Amino acid sequence: MRICGIALLAATLTGCSAAVLDPHGPIGRQEKLILIDSTVIMLAIVIPVIIATLAFAWWFRAGNSKAKRLPDWDYSGRIEFVVWAIPALVILFLGGIAWLSSHDLDPPKPLESSVTPLDIDVVSLDWKWLFIYPDAGVASVNKLVLPVGTPVRFHMTSATVMNSFFIPQLGSQVYTMAGMATRLNLMVDDPGDYHGLSAQFSGEGFSDMTFDVSALSRQDFEQWLDGTRTGGGILDASAYEALTHPSAKDPQHTYGTVSGDLFDAILMHPGAAPSAAQIEHSDSAE
Amino acid sequence: MLGKLTWAAIPFNQPIPLVTSIVMVCGILAILALITLKGWWPYLWNEWFASTDHKRIGVMYVALGLVMLIRGFADALMMRAQLALAQGGATGFLPPEHYDQIFSAHGTIMIFFVAMPFVIGLMNFVVPLQLGVRDVAFPVLNSVSFWLTASGVLLVNLSLFIGEFAKTGWLAYPPLSELAYSPGVGVDYYLWSLQISGLGTLLAGINFTTTILKMRTFGMSYMRMPIFCWTALASNLLIVAAFPILTATFALLLLDRYAGFHFFTDNLGGNAVMYINLIWCWGHPEVYILILPCFGVFSEVIATFSGKPLFGYHSMVVATMAICVLSFLVWLHHFFTMGASADVNGFFGVMTMIIAVPTGVKVFNWLFTMYGGSIRFTVPIYWTIGFMVTFTLGGLTGVLLSIPPADFVLHNSLFLIAHFHNVIIGGVVFGFMAGYNYWFPKAFGFTLDETLGKVIFWCWFIGFYLAFMPLYALGLMGATRRMQHYADPSWQPYMIAAFCGAALIFAGIGLMVVQLAWSIRTRERRRDLTGDPWNGRTLEWGTASPPPSWNFSVEPHVHGIDAFWAVKTKNKELHKVAESRYEADHKPHYETIHMPKRSGTGFVSAFFAVFLGFGLIWHIWWLVIVAVICCIGVLLRQAWDTDRDLYITAEELEDFDRRHPSLGAQL
Repeated sequence: MRICGIALLAATLTGCSAAVLDPHGPIGRQEKLILIDSTVIMLAIVIPVIIATLAFAWWFRAGNSKAKRLPDWDYSGRIEFVVWAIPALVILFLGGIAWLSSHDLDPPKPLESSVTPLDIDVVSLDWKWLFIYPDAGVASVNKLVLPVGTPVRFHMTSATVMNSFFIPQLGSQVYTMAGMATRLNLMVDDPGDYHGLSAQFSGEGFSDMTFDVSALSRQDFEQWLDGTRTGGGILDASAYEALTHPSAKDPQHTYGTVSGDLFDAILMHPGAAPSAAQIEHSDSAE
Repeated sequence: MLGKLTWAAIPFNQPIPLVTSIVMVCGILAILALITLKGWWPYLWNEWFASTDHKRIGVMYVALGLVMLIRGFADALMMRAQLALAQGGATGFLPPEHYDQIFSAHGTIMIFFVAMPFVIGLMNFVVPLQLGVRDVAFPVLNSVSFWLTASGVLLVNLSLFIGEFAKTGWLAYPPLSELAYSPGVGVDYYLWSLQISGLGTLLAGINFTTTILKMRTFGMSYMRMPIFCWTALASNLLIVAAFPILTATFALLLLDRYAGFHFFTDNLGGNAVMYINLIWCWGHPEVYILILPCFGVFSEVIATFSGKPLFGYHSMVVATMAICVLSFLVWLHHFFTMGASADVNGFFGVMTMIIAVPTGVKVFNWLFTMYGGSIRFTVPIYWTIGFMVTFTLGGLTGVLLSIPPADFVLHNSLFLIAHFHNVIIGGVVFGFMAGYNYWFPKAFGFTLDETLGKVIFWCWFIGFYLAFMPLYALGLMGATRRMQHYADPSWQPYMIAAFCGAALIFAGIGLMVVQLAWSIRTRERRRDLTGDPWNGRTLEWGTASPPPSWNFSVEPHVHGIDAFWAVKTKNKELHKVAESRYEADHKPHYETIHMPKRSGTGFVSAFFAVFLGFGLIWHIWWLVIVAVICCIGVLLRQAWDTDRDLYITAEELEDFDRRHPSLGAQL
């Protein structure tokens, strides 16, 4: 059974249906590499230990007349040294990986690229996602459109309880929390549709708090921005207030105009939807 | 008059909780009627409910844990069934409103009311026997601890049919658990039941720390203590250090909910991050509170059934205490994704990995304890070997999750769920099962059925892999925890496999009941008359099975580790010694001993604590005041009670020893 279990795990590790193991961005790719490398390093210790456990137990069974018995043997300085040294060395090595990779893959760290990064503000609501494109002045609910090959700087907060913004095929997730801005840098390499979700339980509508990610070529992305801008819809104080009402499975829709600096206003006024004055004030204050 | 309590609190329109509660209430009434008809009340009260005997209290803890295991597992089966069905557009049979309560109750019950009672129950039963003493430091307090835990259990179960339980997950993260998002009584049930039982746990921790530090028998220096006592000491030190954090954290959240404070709210300066840090400052040590005594059980079992002393005893002690200290330095790994700086994440990642070093040392030492041994394949050794294999894999995935960037993609996924079930089932449950089968004959004087015991092992072992290997895979496929339905139909086969695994484990739990009933029926032919059914090494095997309430008629003298083994090897012809020891030259010197009398303080104070909790949950303030006055009254009565001494004469001791020949007097 155990072997079945490991086989099942191995089958999944090699399959492509596994989102985390089928990354389409630099962050996800490096994280997959860390996952696989560390697993292999540890298996080099874990497999011999499991085999030794089963082998020792079987060979030294009471009925085995061939086994050498050492009924009083309870200490060996050399063995003690080795059993402390083996895990210590492995952990020294893996600890190095952990320390360096924490810095390399720190979510707020900008990605290296010659392309100008795109800013996107993310707001988690009950139970939907709002994505604001501050430079283009447009916004989208439950659908995230990204240009390929462009570093994306996410600024994230929550209008409600904690959530976690996660696109498994792109890599890192980070919490969204009311009154606080968290940062995340991601990039998508290939055009296509991906799946996004909240990975932090947020109440009744949590299971439907998913979003579609559409990665477009740079040209298609610009077209999408233009189409959205001309598509109408104004995200002002009253439209935002309507969004804060709890609802699940909201259809995807966009706003062609975003009034003031909405994201900063949400950030500055946690716990309640900001008023029109607060949104304008927040803008002028900057 | 009744605060927030109205008829609307009874779930008349929800068939599952309604039927469950009716069945539960009928079951309880039937049991109470049976006890009354048979006239068992005086026996139950005198020998169990009011008992201050650590062994009886230990048995009650374990019984409580077993009952709650069935409740907690029913929740698990419902969740697995829901997820086996709810793919694509299907919504399954549990609406979110109900499903969210089930996963919150499952986690809360399994940790606080199954795993904790198992571990504390084993420590209660075993520690004083292994230390060669007659009771714990504070016997009445021990009874209070147990009954407060039982009060918490009662409140959690009440939530099933009066009101609702928390819909927030087992740690009730704010702001979701704040009034703004959880206005119902569910979170209040959660908070008050854990506050009451948490007080019991803290008192138990103080009791056992004191017992181990101050009450060892003659010659038992620290480095001669059985390894289980060392792990129990580490665990209880952690309880004393960590549980006050839990109580304080919950108190802050209660102030938010009851008195309009803003410690963790979204607005007015509240900050939920503080709660999450504090709760894990308790939560991570809690994991080690559970697992360390189980490491102790495995150490005892593996030494006994290999017929060898534990390999590297000193190393094991150092490793245990290292884990005890390090467990306080890793809490942040539960939320690497919160946006802490790379230095902070890196530090906590590395600290977490460092714990793997002493843990790895333990695994190697168990391996070398088997080396050169003569291993008897009894049920406890099955669980131990099953643990060594399973826990090693759980350790691997744990170290993987401690690498922050790996955690960024696995955090809160089903991979994480699989990991902690891997270490908690593979470590804590397997450890409890090993200890339960190992010490059962000591507690009741007859062994549990071995064949059924092995079938139970295979049900759990195979069931575990079948249930959780698919969850590891699903986690890598992007499936997150606590979802009530999912869109991707390719996940469903894994979910169905996981359900089958859970069903297999459930069969194992059912067979535990069968094993117990069958072993009781056939007890006459499985009697342990020597007090030492396994050829044990430590002091508990040197007294009768079951031991008298005073444990040892004469307090043993200890000259090394494995004190009882030393006596046995000194006297090669064991049976001859046992028979002849009442000849004049062997006769021990008996003296009248002093024991605590039974006390109703624990039961009665916990009885009022239930009303206190219920009044607070439903805002029935007069009930709160009455219950507080009653609780204080009970404690004052205890403080001024002078009739609490029980003397057992030398003649009684000698008479008992003559009727129950064991090797105790040779110690």
